[in-house]
Amino acid sequence: MSMLELRNVTAGYGQFTALWGVDLRVDAGEAVAVVGPNGAGKTTLMRVISGLVPLRSGELVFEGRSLAGRKAHEIVTRGIAHVPEGRRIFPLLTVADNLKMGAFQPRARKAFTESLERVHALFPALAERQRQRAGSLSGGEQQMLAIGRALMSRPTLILLDEPSMGLAPVMVLRLFDLIRRVRKEGYTILVVEQNVRQVLKLVDRAYLLEVGRIRMEGRAAELAEQDFVRKAYVGM
Amino acid sequence: MSLGRVAGAALLALLALGPYLPMAGMRQYVLHVMIQILIWSFIGGAWSLMGRFGLISLGHGAFLGIGAYTSTLLWNFHGVTPWVGGVVAAALTIVAALVVAYPCSRFQVVGHYFALVTLAVGEVVRLLIIAERNWTGGSLGLSLTAAASDGPLAMQFADKRVFYYAALVLWLAGLWVWHRVDRSMARSAMEAIGEDETAAASVGIHVTRFKVGITMLSAALTAIGGVAYAQYISYVNPDTLAGIGVSLRIVFAVVLGGMYSLLGPTVGTALTIALAEYLRVVFGLRFIGMAETIYGLLLILFIIFLPAGIYGSLRELITRLRSGVIVAGSARSA
Amino acid sequence: MIDPIFLLEAAVNGVLLGGVLALLALGLNLIFGVIDIVWIAYVDLVMVCMYLVYFLVMVYGWPLWLAGVLSIALGALLGLGVHLLIITPILGSAPVNQLLATGGLLFFLQSFATFLWTTDHRTVRLALPILEVGGMFVSFARLIAFAISLVAMLGLWIFLRRTYIGTAIRAVSQDREAMALMGADPQRVYFVTSAVGGAMAGLAGALLIIQYSVHPFFGAAFGPLTFMICVLGGLGNMVGAFIASFIMSEIISISGVVISTEMGYVIAFLVFIVMMFARPGGILARRG
Repeated sequence: MSMLELRNVTAGYGQFTALWGVDLRVDAGEAVAVVGPNGAGKTTLMRVISGLVPLRSGELVFEGRSLAGRKAHEIVTRGIAHVPEGRRIFPLLTVADNLKMGAFQPRARKAFTESLERVHALFPALAERQRQRAGSLSGGEQQMLAIGRALMSRPTLILLDEPSMGLAPVMVLRLFDLIRRVRKEGYTILVVEQNVRQVLKLVDRAYLLEVGRIRMEGRAAELAEQDFVRKAYVGM
Repeated sequence: MSLGRVAGAALLALLALGPYLPMAGMRQYVLHVMIQILIWSFIGGAWSLMGRFGLISLGHGAFLGIGAYTSTLLWNFHGVTPWVGGVVAAALTIVAALVVAYPCSRFQVVGHYFALVTLAVGEVVRLLIIAERNWTGGSLGLSLTAAASDGPLAMQFADKRVFYYAALVLWLAGLWVWHRVDRSMARSAMEAIGEDETAAASVGIHVTRFKVGITMLSAALTAIGGVAYAQYISYVNPDTLAGIGVSLRIVFAVVLGGMYSLLGPTVGTALTIALAEYLRVVFGLRFIGMAETIYGLLLILFIIFLPAGIYGSLRELITRLRSGVIVAGSARSA
Repeated sequence: MIDPIFLLEAAVNGVLLGGVLALLALGLNLIFGVIDIVWIAYVDLVMVCMYLVYFLVMVYGWPLWLAGVLSIALGALLGLGVHLLIITPILGSAPVNQLLATGGLLFFLQSFATFLWTTDHRTVRLALPILEVGGMFVSFARLIAFAISLVAMLGLWIFLRRTYIGTAIRAVSQDREAMALMGADPQRVYFVTSAVGGAMAGLAGALLIIQYSVHPFFGAAFGPLTFMICVLGGLGNMVGAFIASFIMSEIISISGVVISTEMGYVIAFLVFIVMMFARPGGILARRG
């Protein structure tokens, strides 16, 4: 049984439908990517999984239990952490406070010290800048903080929405290295990315999402051979 | 739409003939209420010119007060006819509107923030009136000096029916202005601004000019409404014509009736005034404050349960009945 | 000319007034910053609590401090009640509807108070001394009120900075959705915020009743002033509101002595409007 399964999921905003009959699965321990052009619905997909956007139809199952209709703050307690597009760290709180907020729910609070140590070990830069206002961090540091904050909630599955957005190429490489390390710690990862080349080097499998529908899926190596990777996204 | 036209014509005929219909001795009272409904509907319509575009003002009492007091003071102290007084009043409120709207627009003061700024302005006017009690009469208010002879120049009439027809014309004029704005380029521009200011600005819409312009128009009309009210009631008072109380009442009436339609403000005003009158009659002087308490309670309930106002709710209901299918929750029109 | 002693006295009284005004402004800002709704009827909640203290002390003979504690409790309850009954149903509505909901509450509270207690002014008469310091007369009641406000604000500061839920409240005011992704139920955070905001109103009520008389339209006097302070400080900005409270209170107090009480308010409000030109985002234009 897969850890996360979407079956025929349709969802959208108001009158607008962003996802049409999406089928997707993520197995425990895997790293899976969802790639596609702007406006394809990738962010909506993340928001549906984390509970920010409700399902119109279809099934959303995590570790055998349905997530349909659950609110975002409940889904976090089940073990899904969503690192949103644009990082969304709390700019006026310190790095330390941001991490504290990550551990808000009771289950995470109990393991707070241990989680914090783990995050500091993975992201030493955060340990150094504990008292610094999060808003004054660089883009890359903010992304690390966002991921660290997600880790504080003791998830089993981490959703990463466009982690490389707005980062310099050097930073992007470092970031993906960090994500590899996070993965090695045992977390399952679902990442949405525009930087197709880099992300396909990181993950096991990938889906191509276009205009709300899954057009292609397969092992990362296979997809990397596809034309769309070479043509459409060259020279990002 | 011809059904609407027929209904509209019928309504107009009814209104025109109104004062001459048999009313079992209640004529003076009915006329009194109708005149108030017409004037306040006009004022509500003026407010809605801003409100429908997202510029929620909680300080229209300022324009009302400036309008009413300007013409009254000019008449009382200098014998200036209210016609001229009204023009001066409108000019003053236009300046006031400029003072408020320009910085707000340039610096993106919108929504709740804007509402609070306008609330402050409303209060400034009210307090100024009270502070300058030597010539404004302060909290006790000011009576309009009786003209030596009634007539259009003094805008004072012994016969309520004259006031009634004048109010009717005023109301119709207000509807005409609303209609013109609705059909104009300004409307499309303002809607674009209301939806996404940055996007609107990027396609060349001069955001500030429109926002300030519509505010000035709304202010001037409100001032004129204030003049009309002062002339009819022959008495001005800072609490009935300025400050947060009256400002809120205007907004309530418009929102309850329907902010986006031509007759919405009128429907809402008619209902709220009728309600207030009914409650006043029921409770009279027995339980002072109870009428207002229930009024306030009903307003809260209305806002919670009829958020689209009466017009909006009726329209939703008709849409649902027409399509025959109850669209679960997502049939929310803007 | 005015004796400088009077000016100094006015300045001192201004500071003392500013303390309590700051309490009001902070309460309002807290709620706005987190829930994004302005409680137009906020000062009317204060009015209700003032009546409570009045009746407890003057009619039932309770000691003032105990009445104050109950006032805080009532304030918190009222805050929660308002949020549950009025705010929650209109959370997703258009701003105008939200403003009208609390506007309706304003009408309701003012009229109901008129019905219950008439428009008579009620004062809590305490035998608190007037201190004389260097030729200036300072009411002891004012001094106490000021001191307690400061303590309360310090408490609020500690609450927001050092406690988990306090930090969560600040986080929600910066990014509500992100906080939901941390597992915080926004509803719960709103409850706590409303209760705290209400409690501050309750405390302000207890502090104000020993300085001013209460009547149903008390909110009409202090309400707009509070709003103006909030806007002047930058809506949602706690530090800004704190500073703005004292600026306004000083203007009112000093102009009040130099010209007249009412003109004091008028000038303060005019300064406000001028400030809107100069710094429309508030003197420390920034949220948080």
